[in-house]
Amino acid sequence: MSHTPRSAPIAKRAQLQPGDLGHLVKSVFLGAYNALMVGLELVINPLQRLVGARRMAYFFLLPNMIIFGVFVLFPMLLNFYYSGTTGTRLMPQDRTWAGLANYEHLFRCGNFSQPNTCVEDMFWRAAHNTVVFVMFQVGGMVLLALVTAVILNREIVARGFFRSVYFYPVLLSPVVVGLIWKWILQRFGLLNAVLTGLGGEPIQFLLDRDWATFWVILVSIWAQMGFYTLILLAGLQSIPAVLYEAGEIDGANVWQRFRFITLPLLMPTLFVVLVLALIRAVQVFDQVFVLTGGGPGTATKYMVQYIYETGFANQIPRRGLASAASVLLGMVLLVFTLAQLWLGRKSEAA
Amino acid sequence: MSTLRNFLIRKRGGSRIDITDALTYLYLAVGTLVMFGPVLWVVLSSFKTQAQLVEFPPRLLPYAQETIVVDGYDEPLPLYRVVVDGEERVLAQIRRVGIEAHMIDPENPPADPARPTDAERIRVNINDREPIERLSLALENYTEPLEKFRFATYLKNSVIVTTVATIITLVINSMAAFALSKYRFAGRDAVFVLIIATLMIPISVILVPVFLVITQLNMNNTLWGVIIPGAATPTGVFLLRQYMLTIPDELLESARIDGASEWRIYWQIVLPLARPALAVLAIFSVMWRWNDFLWPLIVLSRSELFTLQVGLNAFQGELQIQWHYVLAMTVLTLLPITAVFAFLQRFITTGIATTGLKG
Amino acid sequence: MKFRTVLLLILAAALLVPATPSTAQEPVELRITWYDDGNESVVLRDLLDRFEAENPDIRIVIDVVPYTAILENLPLQLEAGEGPDIARVTDLGGLARYYLDMRPYLSDPDYWEENLGPYLTWLRLPGDDEGIYGLQNQLTVTGMYINRTLFEQAGVDVPSDTQEQVSWETWGEACKAVADALGPDVFGFAMDRSGHRFAGPAISMGAQYFDENGHPMVTDEGYRAMAELFVRWHQDGTALVDVWAATPGYVGANEDYANGRLACYMSGSWQVQQFTNTIGDAFDWEVVPFPCGPAGCTGLPGGAAVVAIKDTQHPEEVVRVMEYLAQEDVLREFHARTLFIPAHAGVAMSGVPFETDLDLARAALEQWSSMVPQIMPLAVRLQGYPYNRIVFDASRDRLAQVIVGELTLDEAIQRTQEDIDQRLAELEG
Repeated sequence: MSHTPRSAPIAKRAQLQPGDLGHLVKSVFLGAYNALMVGLELVINPLQRLVGARRMAYFFLLPNMIIFGVFVLFPMLLNFYYSGTTGTRLMPQDRTWAGLANYEHLFRCGNFSQPNTCVEDMFWRAAHNTVVFVMFQVGGMVLLALVTAVILNREIVARGFFRSVYFYPVLLSPVVVGLIWKWILQRFGLLNAVLTGLGGEPIQFLLDRDWATFWVILVSIWAQMGFYTLILLAGLQSIPAVLYEAGEIDGANVWQRFRFITLPLLMPTLFVVLVLALIRAVQVFDQVFVLTGGGPGTATKYMVQYIYETGFANQIPRRGLASAASVLLGMVLLVFTLAQLWLGRKSEAA
Repeated sequence: MSTLRNFLIRKRGGSRIDITDALTYLYLAVGTLVMFGPVLWVVLSSFKTQAQLVEFPPRLLPYAQETIVVDGYDEPLPLYRVVVDGEERVLAQIRRVGIEAHMIDPENPPADPARPTDAERIRVNINDREPIERLSLALENYTEPLEKFRFATYLKNSVIVTTVATIITLVINSMAAFALSKYRFAGRDAVFVLIIATLMIPISVILVPVFLVITQLNMNNTLWGVIIPGAATPTGVFLLRQYMLTIPDELLESARIDGASEWRIYWQIVLPLARPALAVLAIFSVMWRWNDFLWPLIVLSRSELFTLQVGLNAFQGELQIQWHYVLAMTVLTLLPITAVFAFLQRFITTGIATTGLKG
Repeated sequence: MKFRTVLLLILAAALLVPATPSTAQEPVELRITWYDDGNESVVLRDLLDRFEAENPDIRIVIDVVPYTAILENLPLQLEAGEGPDIARVTDLGGLARYYLDMRPYLSDPDYWEENLGPYLTWLRLPGDDEGIYGLQNQLTVTGMYINRTLFEQAGVDVPSDTQEQVSWETWGEACKAVADALGPDVFGFAMDRSGHRFAGPAISMGAQYFDENGHPMVTDEGYRAMAELFVRWHQDGTALVDVWAATPGYVGANEDYANGRLACYMSGSWQVQQFTNTIGDAFDWEVVPFPCGPAGCTGLPGGAAVVAIKDTQHPEEVVRVMEYLAQEDVLREFHARTLFIPAHAGVAMSGVPFETDLDLARAALEQWSSMVPQIMPLAVRLQGYPYNRIVFDASRDRLAQVIVGELTLDEAIQRTQEDIDQRLAELEG
């Protein structure tokens, strides 16, 4: 059978191995990348000679700033202008200037903690709900993501597989996430089938204020957690093993090692995670909209849904009012972000 | 067997399994069920017929009722298991009248199918019959919409939007992040604060003004109108900047001393070192673009430009949602992104493992 | 590509100079923005293929979009002048200012007046009684389905078998009796989560929906009476709470009804197509005559129209397509294959050969068709009011809040009126 052992390696080499193919693709890709970048140097280096190395910063910033300015900043300014107008027309020049009328309308309130006493009760209901959602969703998710990252960082079997498992829901579109869980949670859904199968009573998860809020939070944790787990895991893996070995030698127990080595070194990553999670939480909309539609009643109606429904998804859109609400939302967020940035700087400096 | 056990319990230092390991695997097992189960449920459901989807309690696997062709009847007859006079029999139903089902014995069909005698026609209360079923995939949930819609076109558009947008996003955001993290210049902090400030505003609240800009630039009903507005994502700049801050400035300085230009420093030093962060942003961008629905729906109204999410959501009518199609199409849109993920996930893992730098 | 276009333009110009109609011209491309509740776009495509074969100078592209795009994005596109040539819409009066008046182009406007007269007004702005803007090719009626098999199993008589006019209270009791008899997995009554569905019953109970100036109004006794009954049904277990309490926008109870868990289902004629597929003959589903109140017995009409859009570059071609779609035989085929009841008087008179093997479905469609003439004038007026969606959405959202206990009924009715007033004020702003 194998009487020509010497020729075998040669024959093997002649064949194209899968690994070779991957290598080929990679080198073609890298070659193209290098060629492109070197080519660009021919144009960009003279520019550098013209303006000097330090001013190249503006060059690097420019493409982003153009798109950012035209498609993000300018619309926001337009939005700000809208907030001072009324009417249903789209073009800014067709709209009626109303000054602060929209803001006054939003703030006409007997008691701010009682949405029912406000003229625009839906706005205040949405504001209350959003605060609750953001607090519990961000808190719960960061905690769970941290636990999961620590566990995935251990020496475990099939780590790659488990990492994928926790990440997978991140890939689903918010609409799909809402749809899946609506199916599971509805009166005749999977979860109630399991509950009755175990001899329990079915629960109307989506008809009870508290249950609905609970599930909305849990589902969005489910959908997003994997992403933050991955970032935290990257942070954990960058902590040098030497530190832990030193800790062990010094007699630190598991908790102490976590508290005094892991946590401080993880702080910058944790900060990124916190900011990103916060953004997503405040923007929560589509998946809750599909899951509960903001119900029962208005128990899970959040700010973005309110703005969307008021200014867009209505036969007579109140664009001015919706814009005013979004400006208020933006201002609150700005204060919030700056505070966090300041705290982050402080902890980085420390 | 012992090899398997060794494989399963292998851990750092080779010591025996302790309580923390047990808890770890318990957590992982439960996690797998919770994270994967719902998706699996949707995949299974997508193979069920319209009638089966509304069933309670829902069953795990898709079934179809067993039928039998009996002489004298045009249509195949559905089969039921029925207890008649204490004896279990398999009968075929010829019709149902109110709460009563009329059945015949397929082994012993009526002599005259049009007018069976009372002995041949067995009357059964509809609650006393149990359908006989077999596993069957409702593949028509997939094939029918694919015949009806230009799936290939939608797929092509989705792929174009996703790849082009991701490349543009990576390039311009990494350039901006490089400037913000590695240079001191007038207005740097102002720009960063501006980006941070807009980070929080979701596009859904400024849909109308952005649409206005798109219209004025004649980008309505073009793929560019979908791609460009989200390209300068503040999230991306923020993510990359945070990561690039951890790249030591000394590396850059020594390159400068060696005569490297700023552009060369950017593409030959900073970009390769920022690979893990770029990979994260790439995944972020891919899934964001692939799943985007609200925005393409506004920009695109011509079906030859539709992306998958827009095209396949055409199953949602005013008065009814055709769930059997929606689920099947959901599974279809999941497939490509799952494949891309399988590829990028490994890349991230190795990327993170090989770059040992952290600030 | 551009070069070819330029060439073609030069060619076309050269050919146009002697003013001879040329067959070598590129066909005019028309765009139809459409949504599907079932197989409508497939049927439409078939019909238009035949049209294109006879009219090679016109090519029609159907863009099928999700229904939300018709409701939310199409108005934005129309406002920006980026709309299609033809669209299928349900917001009949609300979009009226974007429609093309086809009258000057029509070869026989009287045909439209005679056969579609009442529905043409739905597409007009107040004060306009001339314009012809589109074709109502789907008429719907709201009303109630029952599951007769469940009534039989429960041993409850179907009230409409013995009485000419059955009040809403009587129906409520009968539906609840079925649910009580058959245990916790069967529900008595459900209504689609929609202010449009609620309006028919409310008008039966005496709601006027307009004040003497023609301004929408919901603060009268009739509206209150139905709202009160409706809320009570949710409290005493007659009605299935899921539908109104915990869902976004419009939601039906199709699944519960199709699964034999619902005795009475207040919905509309459009469900027949779906029930044919999901229920088949698994139980006896049927349509009952309009339930009644002190003011009468009625459902609300509704439906979709295909309209011509003002911004089109090719009004004459658009009108040719519309004239084709409005032909009696074309419409008859459209209705026969989509199982939607016709609005066109000629088609309705001569009957539609609905293409279904299912006796239950045919019976239901015939029952719906026979109920069309019984619709009360106020219901037709409300459907013709351009901003009725404002009224419907406000009453839906506020009633849902009462059902889950966030508002009292009085607060909710007051809020409904305020919502309506504020939105309408925005029109003037």
